[in-house]
Amino acid sequence: MRTKKIKGVKFGLLSPKEIRKMSASKIITADTYGEDGFPIEMGLVNQWLGVIDPGLRCKTCGGRMGECPGHFGHIELAAPVIHIGYAKLIYRILNATCRKCGRVLLREAYFLFSVSDVELESDLKREVISEKWHKKFSDNDISLPSNVSVAKEKNDEWVITGEKMFIIRKENKKLNIYDAGEKRSFLREIELQREKQVGIGEAVKRVFKEAAKSSVCPYCGDYLFSINAGGELENSLNKCLMSKKLKKIFETGGHLLSKNPSVIKEIDNRWLITDKNKISYIVKKGDNKLNIHCGTPQKDIKYEKPTTYMEIGGEEREKKRRLMPTDVRERLERIPDEDIALFGMNPKNARPEWMVLTVLPVPPVTVRPSITLESGQRSEDDLTHKLVDIIRINQRFMDNRDAGAPQLIIEDLWELLQYHVSTYYDNKILRLPPARHRSGRPLKAMTQRLKGKEGRFRGSLSGKRVNFSARTVISPNPNIDIDEVGVPEGIAKELTIGVNVTERNLDLMKEVVRNGRKHPGANYVRRTDGRKVKVTESNYEVLAEEVDLGWKVERHIRDGDIVLFNRQPSLHRVSIMAHYVRVMPGKTFRLNPAVCPPYNADYDGDEMNLHVLQTEEARAEAKILLAVQHNIISPRFGRPIIGGIHDCVTGLFLLTWTKRKFKHKEALEILKGIDIDDLGEPTGTFKSPSGTDIEVPYWTEKQIFSMILPSGLNLQFQGKAGDVIIRGGELISGVIDEAAIGSFKGRIIDKVFRQYGEEATKRFINDSFRLAINYILRVGFSFGISDEDIPVEGKKQIREEAVHGAELKVEELIRAYEAEELEGLPGRSLEETLELLIMQELGRAREEAGEIAERELGMENAGVLMAKSGARGSILNLTQMAACVGQQSVRGERISRGYQGRTLPHFKPGDRSANAHGFVRASFKDGLSPTEYFFHAVGGREALVDTAVRTSQSGYFQRRLINALLDLEVKNDETVRETRNTVVQFKYGEDGVDPSKGEYGKAVDVDEIIREVI
Amino acid sequence: MELRATVEEEVARELTRMGVEGGIAELIKGEFIPAGLTAEFDELLEMQVGEAYAEDIIRMLGRGEEGEVKLGDIEVKVDKSELSGKIKEELKTKLRDVRMKLSEEKLDAILKKAEEKYEEAKVEPREAVGIVAAQSIGEPGTQMTLRTFHYAGVGAIYITLGLPRIIEIVDARKKPSTPAMKIKLAGEYALDRNKARELATEIEETYIRDIKSKIESSTEDMCVWVSLKEKELERKFIKREEIEEKIKEVGKDVLVETMEDGKLRIHVKRMSFHELLKLEKDLSDKLVKGIEGIKRAIVRRDADGEYMLYTEGSALKKVRRMEGVDFSRTTTNNISEIVDVFGIEAARNVIIKEMMDTLEEQGLDVDARHVTLIADAMTMDGEVKSIGRHGLAGGKVSALSRAAFEVTVDNLLGAAMYGETDELKGVTENVIVGQPIKLGTGAIELVAR
Repeated sequence: MRTKKIKGVKFGLLSPKEIRKMSASKIITADTYGEDGFPIEMGLVNQWLGVIDPGLRCKTCGGRMGECPGHFGHIELAAPVIHIGYAKLIYRILNATCRKCGRVLLREAYFLFSVSDVELESDLKREVISEKWHKKFSDNDISLPSNVSVAKEKNDEWVITGEKMFIIRKENKKLNIYDAGEKRSFLREIELQREKQVGIGEAVKRVFKEAAKSSVCPYCGDYLFSINAGGELENSLNKCLMSKKLKKIFETGGHLLSKNPSVIKEIDNRWLITDKNKISYIVKKGDNKLNIHCGTPQKDIKYEKPTTYMEIGGEEREKKRRLMPTDVRERLERIPDEDIALFGMNPKNARPEWMVLTVLPVPPVTVRPSITLESGQRSEDDLTHKLVDIIRINQRFMDNRDAGAPQLIIEDLWELLQYHVSTYYDNKILRLPPARHRSGRPLKAMTQRLKGKEGRFRGSLSGKRVNFSARTVISPNPNIDIDEVGVPEGIAKELTIGVNVTERNLDLMKEVVRNGRKHPGANYVRRTDGRKVKVTESNYEVLAEEVDLGWKVERHIRDGDIVLFNRQPSLHRVSIMAHYVRVMPGKTFRLNPAVCPPYNADYDGDEMNLHVLQTEEARAEAKILLAVQHNIISPRFGRPIIGGIHDCVTGLFLLTWTKRKFKHKEALEILKGIDIDDLGEPTGTFKSPSGTDIEVPYWTEKQIFSMILPSGLNLQFQGKAGDVIIRGGELISGVIDEAAIGSFKGRIIDKVFRQYGEEATKRFINDSFRLAINYILRVGFSFGISDEDIPVEGKKQIREEAVHGAELKVEELIRAYEAEELEGLPGRSLEETLELLIMQELGRAREEAGEIAERELGMENAGVLMAKSGARGSILNLTQMAACVGQQSVRGERISRGYQGRTLPHFKPGDRSANAHGFVRASFKDGLSPTEYFFHAVGGREALVDTAVRTSQSGYFQRRLINALLDLEVKNDETVRETRNTVVQFKYGEDGVDPSKGEYGKAVDVDEIIREVI
Repeated sequence: MELRATVEEEVARELTRMGVEGGIAELIKGEFIPAGLTAEFDELLEMQVGEAYAEDIIRMLGRGEEGEVKLGDIEVKVDKSELSGKIKEELKTKLRDVRMKLSEEKLDAILKKAEEKYEEAKVEPREAVGIVAAQSIGEPGTQMTLRTFHYAGVGAIYITLGLPRIIEIVDARKKPSTPAMKIKLAGEYALDRNKARELATEIEETYIRDIKSKIESSTEDMCVWVSLKEKELERKFIKREEIEEKIKEVGKDVLVETMEDGKLRIHVKRMSFHELLKLEKDLSDKLVKGIEGIKRAIVRRDADGEYMLYTEGSALKKVRRMEGVDFSRTTTNNISEIVDVFGIEAARNVIIKEMMDTLEEQGLDVDARHVTLIADAMTMDGEVKSIGRHGLAGGKVSALSRAAFEVTVDNLLGAAMYGETDELKGVTENVIVGQPIKLGTGAIELVAR
């Protein structure tokens, strides 16, 4: 089967003719349904426009609901109205075209000089611009840029293009050189922009601007008088001179000219006589006569939002005349096809007068379906409501006009019709009250349907709701693999995969259907005739017997099926990865904690989505590209993003940070759940502390850890506590911490990935998590409020030495400041200096307190262990809990706002001491004093506001980034290009290296290669 | 003579590149021509190179003995290999260090292995690198601070950092919210703190209001009295005559007199009260020294021990020709200024550097390739385009893609008027019409025969 492909989408304006042609029904009645409950003929929801009720057939195409896409109708408007979306553009066009003849007010090519030279002509014929040509131009004081090219346009006409454009024509055996004029230049620019595939909007804007400047039409004007062509008069005109004789003729005709009127010779035997910087007379040659016209003056046009155009000036100054849509349309119709190109329009595709509507297309009913309320009453769509309004007013307009109503009433009705058509397209127009529903809710017009996040484009076309998906809370399970997801049975019974029954799976499918709606069962079957049958309690046995080749079975997902798993916000590609299903009891999705970092998930109530893949292609792609083990290395920085967190780090840290001996049984217990056949040789024997005097063999903690390392691994790196050395797959020395197996850093993970590949890394992460959990369960690990206890002496030291000492120093600083003894730091005022010094002093106090606390708590403390191993939390967190919370700040400064001269009424005005400006000397465990509590809340608020603002800002930032770059792609030749095929980079990232494939962020690890070879 | 000079220079450069100490290089400069980059011990001695040095040089250049590879050969071979420039440079320096243990075969083996690894590390064709880059910058955006101000080093200069700064760069704003320059100094300015400070005062804007101790207008004799802070004048290296000159520029017929006590008496013939007050204001707002818009210039020592200037405010064009400024090493964080002065390639580099610095300051790890791609996309047309509806996203060929981004209706109306045809080459367009996108796996088609 060949699927059809959409090659392109063409945009254009609909002409009235086209609207009528595509219309399935003319609409004249504002009513929808008749008394019999059936749609009214020629009404707004008539059956020619499509079907929205089940069981009915479309009168146009005969299709049923779902088959018939719907058909347009049309309304004949009693009088033309402006299309609101083009109101501004219509104004610009009116302003840029002659009020009388409709030509765009831009100048044609005009004569510069002429030459008669055989050599120059032969140059032209060969399409070269020789030195001699350049000289000719400069002789006539015209600069011809060096990088121009010439091409033959038609017989005896050549065009020079470059920065400026010139036309050369052979006339009367001479070569006449013309400046191309604004019109031709702009046309060429627009054409060029089109070719380059850059927007022509800017060029068109300049056309409007340039044309609007003209106050006299250079093309038309009232005929004045004629003189005979040829002879002296024409010769002088040809030389761009105003001869005395000609001037005389003008004067006898009553047309006084100033002293030096200028003559411009245009192409095709036309001349413009410009007097006082204004085109005054146009001379056209025809019938062997020179006909003199006066240029038509252009009145000013004013545009009043939303749809009113006024013409000002004329005989009586300041006289305003409103241009009705009929006038506007007439003017637009007058613009000749060739001039329309200057607006970037193509007359076949869009004529300007089509922007003034005479016929209104009525969208099919499928676009504006009515809904039936519970009461059986029909509730129409907003667009239908709007169309009803339009038809009503349209009818009234016609009636009134036919009855010969006064002009005033007609104009009012016209205005009303304009209002309804305008708000049908857009109901949020500036200076127009929005049209409202009976209930007072503003109606949703066309524009509102398309626009914005929930609009058609972003809400229904770029993203859609999908079937075969599930969402629930996630919870941890370190015993499943990192590329698995635990799916609750309830969900597994709802989500299905469609399987075509073949010889190979016939038995399996029969079995599945026989299970009915119990877990590894099926929900629907589709027979060969295409009928879909639901599997129910009553029919599953029968169906199971019937299942045969060619059927399709919608079977439940089961262990081993591949699905997509996702957590929002999906900020990067690892926010969606492919996992293998593992059906489990319970109601939550189960996820290995090691995969939390890429999803940025935790288990405090996070929910995640699961999508079941429906095609073989999708499953293949998921397996190869989206699988968890394929995404262990983050493309952002080229290092692992999946790895041990929390207890995994703590567990391995606890295991490896001191020397330990394990008996055979103990070793096996710690390694349970890990696929290991052989413990290896014990390191030695020892007398078990618990047992008798018998010597038993033992294994060391390093041996145990080495069990999960791939054999032959060599690695050396700096851990948090000293060097870690791994030789031949054995941990020789060092402590395993976050830098070794943690996400984001994880040197071992990185190394294993590079050297042993995805599968081995997956296994390693699984194993290390299990090992850590086994060990941490064995030794026990907890952290409670008593772990923040510090002995009395320590407490005293913190309070007196660190905190009080700093407070005294701060007082000292303040005294120095007040006595004006303080030296200002360069570039800072005295007050700033004081603040800075105080902040430094108090910061140091907390640091000191922290150091004391850390010492007092000791390495055995669970909190310290977690902080040191990098599992969770920091020493700062512990300091704040156990020793001293420290200075609270707002915008990097001490808290200073509140009352005049003080932060709170508890302090004296002008008090600069630590306590009065947000220094919290207590620890969280001790409890904060009321003022301290307040300051802490002040500081905390900043953080809250910050996150709230940041999420919205960075969200928009990312949307913009993605939108700007989403089309960039590495081509087969290593270049990066976008849709126009323009090169963005000749080699991706300058070296063509994928950041996720290099070695720990670098393209090639030179050191290692050298070490290996030598 | 001239030819000789260039040869000498080349040799010196060659030697330093190979790691020969400056002293030795100096000794043999001019005498030594790197003939195939080998030298015999005796030859060196003949050139009156000290014995100890000669040993060194020979070790560097290679003795040509068995198993040992000449430096020149390493260079040639590495250059020939199919590796990227950066890796080649790294290989050269690192191989130089282990040259003693190197043999011809080992060198080949190393290069072969490096080439293999390099080939493996290359991007797959059809990879959607744009999206990956956008995600890699956008995702850490959520983790960045919003705190606008931060100190640059020790100085008291405020610089916008974090997310606001990244957004600012990507928006291609004409002027950043906190423009700043880093001015490197030339010659003795770089070594002499006082000279550097003097230059700083030439750059930092100084108004009369900054150096006056008092300014008041007296209605009795219809003039303005200004008294100056001597200490400030001295600190800013301003001479009194200069001030008088500047004051005369304030208006027509301004007369300045210096009284015995150092006070300045300024008046204009025939003046109304209103004009008097205006004169007072104009006076205090008169720039007497420095470049307008540069609020502060601070002297700091850089990592190499050179003195340099950090400024708050930026005016590249104006510092360009100042004596003591090493303009080739002077930068600003104002990208539009960089385009004007240095051109688009420089702007691209500054975009990369500013973004990388901002990310690094926030402690975020992002591969330079992503940032480079963004900078290249922004500058590919020869002007800095913003990322957003007025720049890259708005300049797309596809009307559907533009409509799906922002200003939906205007884009559709425009497309209809211009009669655009969407050829469905991009991602968004194909998503909208419901077809597979043409990137990555979607770019490949299988044809069954």
